Amino acid sequence: MKISLNWLREFVDLSESLDELVSTLDDLGLVVEGRQIVGEGLDSVVVARVCEIHAIEGADKVRRVMVDAGRSELVQIVCGAMNFVEGDHVPLAPVGAVLPGNFEIAARKMRGVLSDGMLCSGRELNIGDDHGGLLILDPSTTPGQPLMDALSMSADVIIDISPEGNRPDAWSVEGVARDIAARTGRTLRDVALAHPSIDTDAGAMVSGRVDDADLCPRLTVGFLDHVSVRPSPPLVQQRLTAAGMRPINNVVDASNYVMLELGQPTHAYDGDRVAGRTLAVRRAVAGETLVTLDGVTRELGHAGRGLGDTGVDIVIVDGDDRVIGLAGIMGGADTEIHDGSTSLVFEAATFAPMAIARSSKRHGLRSEASSRFERGVDVNVALRAAARVAEVLSWSCPELRWYANSVDARSTVSAPPEISLSVDDVTSLLGTEIDSATVVSILTSLDFTVKPDGSRWLVTPPTRRMDIRSGLSGRADVIEEIARLYGYRALNRRSPRWSARGALSPRRRLERRLREVLSGLGLSEAWTATLISDVDAKRWATPGTHEIRVTNPLSSEESIYRGTLVGGLVDAVARNAERSTPVAFFEIGVTAEHPADVAVPRCERGGEGGTVTVEVPTETNRLALAMAREGDDVTTAVRVLHVLAERFSLAGIELRQGEIPAGWHPTRTAEVIDRVTQRRLGFVGECDPELRATVAPHLPETQRVAVVEISLNDWALAAIRSAHVSVPSRYPSARFDLALVSPDVVSRYDLDAALRSAHEHVVEVTFFDAYRAPGIVVGDGERSLAFHIELSALDRTLSDGDIAQAREALLAAAGRLNCHLR
Amino acid sequence: MSATFDDLESLTAQFVERATAATSSAEVVVIENELRSKSGPFAALQRSVGQLDPQERGPAGAALQAARASVEAAISVSRERIAVIERAQQLESDRLVLGDVPMSGTFPATVGHVSAVARTQDELEDVFVAMGFSVADGPEIETDWYNFEALNIPPAHPARGMWDTLYLDVGEPETVLLRTHTSPVQVRLMQEAVASGALPIHAVMPGRCFRRDTPDARHLMAFHQIEGLVIDRGITFADLAGVIETFTKAYFGADMSSRLRPAFFPFTEPSAEFEITCTICRGEGCRTCSQTGWIELGGCGMVDPAVLSAVGIDPEEYSGFAFGFGIDRCAQMRHQIPDMRALMDNDYRFLRQFS
Repeated sequence: MKISLNWLREFVDLSESLDELVSTLDDLGLVVEGRQIVGEGLDSVVVARVCEIHAIEGADKVRRVMVDAGRSELVQIVCGAMNFVEGDHVPLAPVGAVLPGNFEIAARKMRGVLSDGMLCSGRELNIGDDHGGLLILDPSTTPGQPLMDALSMSADVIIDISPEGNRPDAWSVEGVARDIAARTGRTLRDVALAHPSIDTDAGAMVSGRVDDADLCPRLTVGFLDHVSVRPSPPLVQQRLTAAGMRPINNVVDASNYVMLELGQPTHAYDGDRVAGRTLAVRRAVAGETLVTLDGVTRELGHAGRGLGDTGVDIVIVDGDDRVIGLAGIMGGADTEIHDGSTSLVFEAATFAPMAIARSSKRHGLRSEASSRFERGVDVNVALRAAARVAEVLSWSCPELRWYANSVDARSTVSAPPEISLSVDDVTSLLGTEIDSATVVSILTSLDFTVKPDGSRWLVTPPTRRMDIRSGLSGRADVIEEIARLYGYRALNRRSPRWSARGALSPRRRLERRLREVLSGLGLSEAWTATLISDVDAKRWATPGTHEIRVTNPLSSEESIYRGTLVGGLVDAVARNAERSTPVAFFEIGVTAEHPADVAVPRCERGGEGGTVTVEVPTETNRLALAMAREGDDVTTAVRVLHVLAERFSLAGIELRQGEIPAGWHPTRTAEVIDRVTQRRLGFVGECDPELRATVAPHLPETQRVAVVEISLNDWALAAIRSAHVSVPSRYPSARFDLALVSPDVVSRYDLDAALRSAHEHVVEVTFFDAYRAPGIVVGDGERSLAFHIELSALDRTLSDGDIAQAREALLAAAGRLNCHLR
Repeated sequence: MSATFDDLESLTAQFVERATAATSSAEVVVIENELRSKSGPFAALQRSVGQLDPQERGPAGAALQAARASVEAAISVSRERIAVIERAQQLESDRLVLGDVPMSGTFPATVGHVSAVARTQDELEDVFVAMGFSVADGPEIETDWYNFEALNIPPAHPARGMWDTLYLDVGEPETVLLRTHTSPVQVRLMQEAVASGALPIHAVMPGRCFRRDTPDARHLMAFHQIEGLVIDRGITFADLAGVIETFTKAYFGADMSSRLRPAFFPFTEPSAEFEITCTICRGEGCRTCSQTGWIELGGCGMVDPAVLSAVGIDPEEYSGFAFGFGIDRCAQMRHQIPDMRALMDNDYRFLRQFS
């Protein structure tokens, strides 16, 4: 909300410096987001009349202009603007003037012609946005007259305040002034209000009716005639412009001016276009339509997409029950004020905030009025606002007649809450003791009523404070007001202590260790997008699964919630390949599956009011790797995986042929299985070569992209090996290798395990080679698996007999799996 | 190359047959080159068209076109067939039984790096753990109830304008969404604590959040936030201010301090924004802090009694506070990263600067 300090001064004295004022407003929660000094550098700018325009030889971009600036002689200026003719009045910045932005005007020669100052555009003077040429002034101005004077401008500061969403009462010049007055103890002045200029009751001319009381706590309808529609006075136009509103005509401007000033939106209808000069408020019936002021046809009364939306639109209807306005949001085009309007039916009302919020959202139509009504407008300000509009309108239209006693249709308005409060309540919430007198004084300064109630008080907020609730929440609301006026910076600080010990969650400990191990192995951590494009989603999605689509994505590139981390990582590898940087990445992140693809969908409390259970996507915390450095292929991935399994004390993992996820290499991918629980932890493999060529065309042609994806949820549940360890024997070990021809159907892991438990002297079995050469060394469907074997005993050096016996046992164990010595 | 139009039919048949019989893409390329070559039989026929009688040129040209097209079609069919075969051959020669891959072998010797955001999150967590907080997590996909309603923000409430929300096409419209803050984790923690009788709560919850904001130098659509929640007996606003101050000094440095100013959040009352000494000028006043010496870090406040009641905690017995701020923003401040979007680019030249 941009407001002028001069305007604010009409309500409250401001004696402090701008910096002090800004600091006070910040401390009151009225955050100042910007400031602009108006009229800065304009002191010496004057009105000049263009007398002669001459071409300069050899120059087509500038001209020599002689102007009358009220001095005895004409002034010669070289000017590049082309938008003016002889006789126009324009601003002149004479030599020595310092324009906004610290731009000092000096006499200078251009094309050999001396320029004795500068003719200015609105933008150069910081009073307009036009840069098309000079600012052309009204011909009624006098050459030599100070520009500020000619424009009826006074030096001012515009500050941009953003009141918090719960403070609609502060969303006006008066509201800001009220907080300043309460904080500083200064007087809050009232503005001038019009008095009815004709004794006839408005009720004789207009009528008003509330048909749906739940939607409209109050409707007042006034009547004005002898109206002439014309431009507003400069002051009104300047303040509206400074506030970011476009001046339209004196009627619309007066309504907007008062909305900014007092916070009450109002609406004027052309008195000749409202049937029966009657305004009534009701729910729209489905099927009704209205063309709003912006020319858009609105279909009314239909429920929208919003959760729990029932499609309520509040409408204003005329005496023929025809819709003429979308109440509190925007008026209808049919009854709009026009140049020939001479009488006004004038509405000042309040509407149910949530209904306005719903309606505004559903129609995608936010106006200055709707943003105020949806936050709540004081039910008691309507008539005062109407009188102020009549006053402001009378500045430009003194012949105006305002009829006495506007029609006031009130439905039952719920009384403000009564809140029980004690000085101890304040202390126990704030942790700062504030004495009773200060509490009472603060609340009174904000127009709260404070009644003694035994050792406590009963506090009632003024009707404008619709943010103050009842009960305990209301008590917190009131205490916040006390703290706010007392000053947050003046409140105590204390370091609380509690006996509970702080701790990371198991999930976080796992993630942290993974980061350290993986970065130690030379992989770098990436952060890829959770929301991906349709194309990327399809590349990596299991056929037949449902994508989790964003209803309202910012772009189609970010429209699907990812089902895997691998796609993003391979993409990150590809991006670096474009710069010829070989990388190995890992990422820890969340993926999700659509409820339709999950056996037991995740169910959560949801729906309006949290009254139902809704199915939501199931999330999995995952680890993924993508490695494409020179030398990387699936075997690197397998080794990384085994390092991880070791470092996390997993009892044992097994890589098993099985499902191939979409986008993965069909003959170089395996499932990662926890050997103990037989739970699948994830996959290890390579990116499908065809897909790799598509998504990472800049990688060297022979470069493989090794990938791993693990569910950390499952990894955390994998079996852990026993904490029991053995101390190695002090006696020498015996070592030999075994090459065993094994049928393909026999898992290397099973063979490994069988060898380990074959004999008590076997202390280590290390698989080191697989050899496949069907028909030459081994048969079809077989391969040779080679193991280093280490034997030892704790109490002696093994004899040849011991070793032979153990070897027999090893071969026997292998034999039970149909494996034999090569 | 003395083919005549009489031979066109057999020439075409011969090409089609060769294309159909081809067994490698190299063979197909040879056939294709011959078809298109300027010295090939089809080009020779093309040249001879010009020497025909004018009335014969049209039909001859058309016949030649048709013949070429049929060869092209055969090549195209063949190419697809061969692609399937060759892919199968490639996959077969690639085949590796991963269970039979031994551990022996080398890793490429590169240096790995941990992401700036993760490292910043670690550091923040460590500070809070040392202060007695535990670390909690929650889902990124939430229902409207957890993200908004349980926090005192009913559907369509204007306060929702503070969080531009991305909804998911799951179930009824606008029931399932991407969390806009980690506050729903607070709701879950309170529910669990009530269910298991495990009050009080002293926890922080870091995590990824999403808002429908166009990314710029200071905002990302997906970002990371850390929130804190304390629910205990006798907790006051002074405790909140004290925790913020302790954290500020512990994380940003002993010469830094914090201050609070009034703000509005639907789930806290009183609410505050908290500012810390500007990390650039250390309070002297600079462009970053608009000469104030302070920069805004996050929001906080005393948990609203309505929020406590909604999850079944008696607000007469327990009180508490909550706070939250951006992790990415802390990383940006610490490393003076001009544009936050660099955090998501995964450019190794950027990543390698973080340990």
